[in-house]
Amino acid sequence: MQNNPPLEIAGKKIKNRFFLGTGKFGSKSEMMKCISESEIDVVTVAMRRVDADAESENILEFIPDDVILMVNTSGARNAEEAIRIARLAREAAGVDWIKIEVINDSKYLLPDNRETAEAVRVLAAEGFVVLPYMTPDLYAAREMEEAGAAALMPLGSLIGSGEGLQAKKFIEILIKESSLPIVVDAGIGRPSQAAEAMEMGASAVLANTAVALADDPGNATMAFSLAVKAGRLAWLGNMAEPGNIASASSPLTGFLFEE
Amino acid sequence: MITKKEISDFLADRDPALLEKLAARAGRITAAQFGKVISLYAPIYLSNYCENNCVYCGFRSSCGLKRKKLTPKQIESEMKIVAGSGIRNILLLTGESRKMSPVSYLMDAVKIAGKYFSSISLEVYPLDTDEYLELYKAGVDGVTVYQETYDRNRYDELHLSGKKKDYDYRYKTPERVALSGIRMISMGILTGLSKLGDDLYDLFDHLNFMERNYPGVEYSVSFPRLIIEPGDETDYHKITDMDLVKCIILTRLNFPRVGINLSTREDASLRDHALHFGITRISAASNTSVGGYVEGVQEDPQFRVKDLRSLKEIEKVLRAKGFDPVYTDWRRIDNTPI
Repeated sequence: MQNNPPLEIAGKKIKNRFFLGTGKFGSKSEMMKCISESEIDVVTVAMRRVDADAESENILEFIPDDVILMVNTSGARNAEEAIRIARLAREAAGVDWIKIEVINDSKYLLPDNRETAEAVRVLAAEGFVVLPYMTPDLYAAREMEEAGAAALMPLGSLIGSGEGLQAKKFIEILIKESSLPIVVDAGIGRPSQAAEAMEMGASAVLANTAVALADDPGNATMAFSLAVKAGRLAWLGNMAEPGNIASASSPLTGFLFEE
Repeated sequence: MITKKEISDFLADRDPALLEKLAARAGRITAAQFGKVISLYAPIYLSNYCENNCVYCGFRSSCGLKRKKLTPKQIESEMKIVAGSGIRNILLLTGESRKMSPVSYLMDAVKIAGKYFSSISLEVYPLDTDEYLELYKAGVDGVTVYQETYDRNRYDELHLSGKKKDYDYRYKTPERVALSGIRMISMGILTGLSKLGDDLYDLFDHLNFMERNYPGVEYSVSFPRLIIEPGDETDYHKITDMDLVKCIILTRLNFPRVGINLSTREDASLRDHALHFGITRISAASNTSVGGYVEGVQEDPQFRVKDLRSLKEIEKVLRAKGFDPVYTDWRRIDNTPI
């Protein structure tokens, strides 16, 4: 029997712990198909792409109503811009879940933890459910937690790189030390990498590039969903680390028990 | 950074297999960085008055071009048509006349544009930082400024008179833009003016400098090709389709995150092919005449539109090729500093 309770963030129950980014899909209907076929529960959409008055397609119409919409502040270069974009999201789209992205480096797209923490403080106080995208750093994590973040979203590696858990050790520290759910975001290129993040105790994984660029995004989304679930079950099952299972004797301390 | 010799070697290389391999790599990088999406924009020409005398230019002050400048009311009429087609990213252009299109005129145009567009960029004469700051606060998100050529001697030869003769003031324009807070800067060369490899190297060097010193800006580049005016016998360099393709590939391989624009000055076939190895932004259904959207005519040959397809046709091509056309890629927020 599986005993796999859903992830809970701000009172919402999240069954599928694979979160989907939307910015890189070649077609919105394809994206919608991925969301519904794999029963995705959380998607993130950049506010900069939302246009309710669009002559062409409005991206929000492609997100099913029962999905949790988390608007991100892509394009914000400092806390103030992130705050302004978040308020715009609430005003224009009625959205309260905000993934804070503050990036002031267009070359590496690395998040600015200090500005992000500042935005968390202001937006959490205004009642937003705030999920900061961050470089995994213990001090910043503590600050964001104290500022009212609902979850932390550390990057696995550089956005779009597909390099997996380059920041593994530091994410492990956050998992261990933070009481917030840890959602590994960015750089996850393969389902196996997503499973690895879940096996080490992450609460969820977010990806976009790996799925959107796949020849068959539907299958890729399903593969990620299943890998994330498998990783979660492995974590819950508390499987022993390979190599630690068998220990033939006690060469170091056995002498204490010798007659 | 790539060396001048590596650039010129690649430009001279005739190996189709190498070109194909590098194009594929450039395509993969572009998809990973930007996704399977192409941003669309359109230009609106506000005024064609110009105080510069540039040998190669059909707008130059000494030529007999009929000068025009839109009134605020005419500007709004143009904008209504463009916005009505679905375009949300607008590029506002003027000739380089501070006298006829002063900053106050630009401010008015930007304020009107704010009613119709979600992202506003300018391609006008270079300004001072405090002027850029005013325009930024009024809602300008991007500035396009091309050095034309980075070869100082050639620059001096080709720019006979006017403010544009000042190479350094123009060179430092991207820095002044960045200092004002404006978020997007588009740089480039007018290919054909000078030796392509050298200009490309210097553009990369300039871009590198900007990325290091102003990392928060989103950069993009363009490689407009010189269209030689009748009667102009200056010794220019021929730029082939292959040269242009190589410019795009070299840019993508060296600057994974830099946007690459391709305007309707290039024909439909080249534009459609280039989508697959580096282009991130294209103009569509452009009219490059002052007042051209209302009047429905194209008259200035220098900015002749070669890709005449409608927005709907281009959208259809993008979708067929697996790209999502992106109209809205920025939502204007209050730019007033805290």
